[in-house]
Amino acid sequence: MINTKVNICGVELKNPVMTASGTFGSGREFSDFIDLNRLGAVVVKGVAAVPWKGNPAPRIAEVYGGMLNSVGLQNPGVDWFIENDIPFLRQFDTKIIVNVCGHSVEEYENVVKKLQGQDIDMLELNISCPNVSEGGMSFGTDPKMAENVVKAVKKLADKPLIVKLTPNVTDITEIAKAAVSGGADALSLINTLTGMKIDIYRRKPVLQRKVGGMSGPAVKPVAVRMVYQVAKAVDVPIIGMGGISNAEDALEFIMAGATGVSLGTANFVDPYATVKTVEGIEEYMRKYGVNDLSEIRGIIE
Amino acid sequence: MKKTETAVVLSNNKLSEGIYDIVLECPECAAMAKAGQFIEIYPDNGVNLLARPISICEVGEKTLRIVFQVVGKGTELFSGLMEGDSVRILGTCGNGYDLKSGSALLVGGGIGVPPLLETAKRLIAAGSDVTVVLGFRSGSFLSEEFKKAGAKVYIATDDGSVGFKGNVVDLIKSEDLTADTVYSCGPKIMLKFLALHCEERNMPLQVSMEERMACGIGACVGCVVKIKDETAADGWAHKKVCKDGPVFDSKEVCWE
Repeated sequence: MINTKVNICGVELKNPVMTASGTFGSGREFSDFIDLNRLGAVVVKGVAAVPWKGNPAPRIAEVYGGMLNSVGLQNPGVDWFIENDIPFLRQFDTKIIVNVCGHSVEEYENVVKKLQGQDIDMLELNISCPNVSEGGMSFGTDPKMAENVVKAVKKLADKPLIVKLTPNVTDITEIAKAAVSGGADALSLINTLTGMKIDIYRRKPVLQRKVGGMSGPAVKPVAVRMVYQVAKAVDVPIIGMGGISNAEDALEFIMAGATGVSLGTANFVDPYATVKTVEGIEEYMRKYGVNDLSEIRGIIE
Repeated sequence: MKKTETAVVLSNNKLSEGIYDIVLECPECAAMAKAGQFIEIYPDNGVNLLARPISICEVGEKTLRIVFQVVGKGTELFSGLMEGDSVRILGTCGNGYDLKSGSALLVGGGIGVPPLLETAKRLIAAGSDVTVVLGFRSGSFLSEEFKKAGAKVYIATDDGSVGFKGNVVDLIKSEDLTADTVYSCGPKIMLKFLALHCEERNMPLQVSMEERMACGIGACVGCVVKIKDETAADGWAHKKVCKDGPVFDSKEVCWE
């Protein structure tokens, strides 16, 4: 009998498979295709204190083996989220992880205050979005700022706090340690890598904002390496993501040290990708005699 | 309810330079397709990951016909599909046109022409008097099929090679074409000037918009356009082409 359950900061997930924030809405769009009850957790699209309009289009560019986005965290705000998305997701037997975004410490605090007492399972602090000019990634590239914002939010959080890290730094373990010392209960990584694409016929960048965040299978080796490094550097659970499309990819992250795994861009390529990954992990465990994922987690020395 | 389906290519014909006409057998998507909707077609070549949104030109009992232009690697790949090949599709996407009773004026520009064919057929079947204005840079395609469907057809070309020399809006003005409802698809600049004309003449206009998208189902929030919104402090909101559109009331669009 295989056990796919994983425990992240006291929250038990039926399996390690989650959705990467911003690629899955709050699950509504995917319920035509998949049974949301099959997922370990749904990590919802970033929620801000007030509605955000995001960046002007074009916001999407395809690149070799992946894509760029410059959406800029468009969202209808925390009040709308509480009223509409929590009741929707609670119809399903899956955990709810709320991605929290802000332009300033105060804005992050305001979201977390409003989420106090709400029927959710965990918070994910987004200090790594490359597509906003204030806040976002600027908090996630400076260890001191990262530690401070995590500390401020942790004081108000009544749920376990995951901190999502950017790969756009020289040494990700430095930021990881800073987040943990600020009070992060878990870490998720990686957010997108900054990238750019130029349309040579129009002689202009494809994205209106010129630069965006790169995701998809092409970034996976970078993400695996960073999860491996961070797993060796800190003692909190890690949620790995970055180009995961299937069970083989997910298992690489688990062996690198991740407790949970998230699929992002893969949801755009195949709306069934998450459930296929759950099934693929089960199949691997049966086939190779893995009874519990802890047997293979972080086995790479 | 959207579905993914493995569609079988029944035929692929080159209509004009860079314009391809493919009939797909896809019973599930065909059963739910509406005029003005689109399907997502996945390149599935391991390199180009994102599906391409392609408008539905005609709906058969078990088939969808798509007419598209080669604009990049994905559409170039589709142009080489042969009878018997299969492609993974997702559909049907978007809201489609809100078909009204009364007379109709359909205005298409370039690769915006194809979705108007199914629209014209459905309006004619519902008893509407349909006039079609098609604009091209040079030459034309699909115009005979609109005539066969029972529409009155006008053609405008930039170079005067077929029909009126000039753009569709000038043709509409010079022929003084009017209707109870105007339906349109084409380049943004054409839609904008058509919107100005329709507003002057007090004709309701539905426009089908286009934007780069990733998922096609409303999750990625990539394909946004600026739409008027009285509930927003500054009077507008970003709406998704794939889910809130592609068809919008022209009076709601923030033309820039």
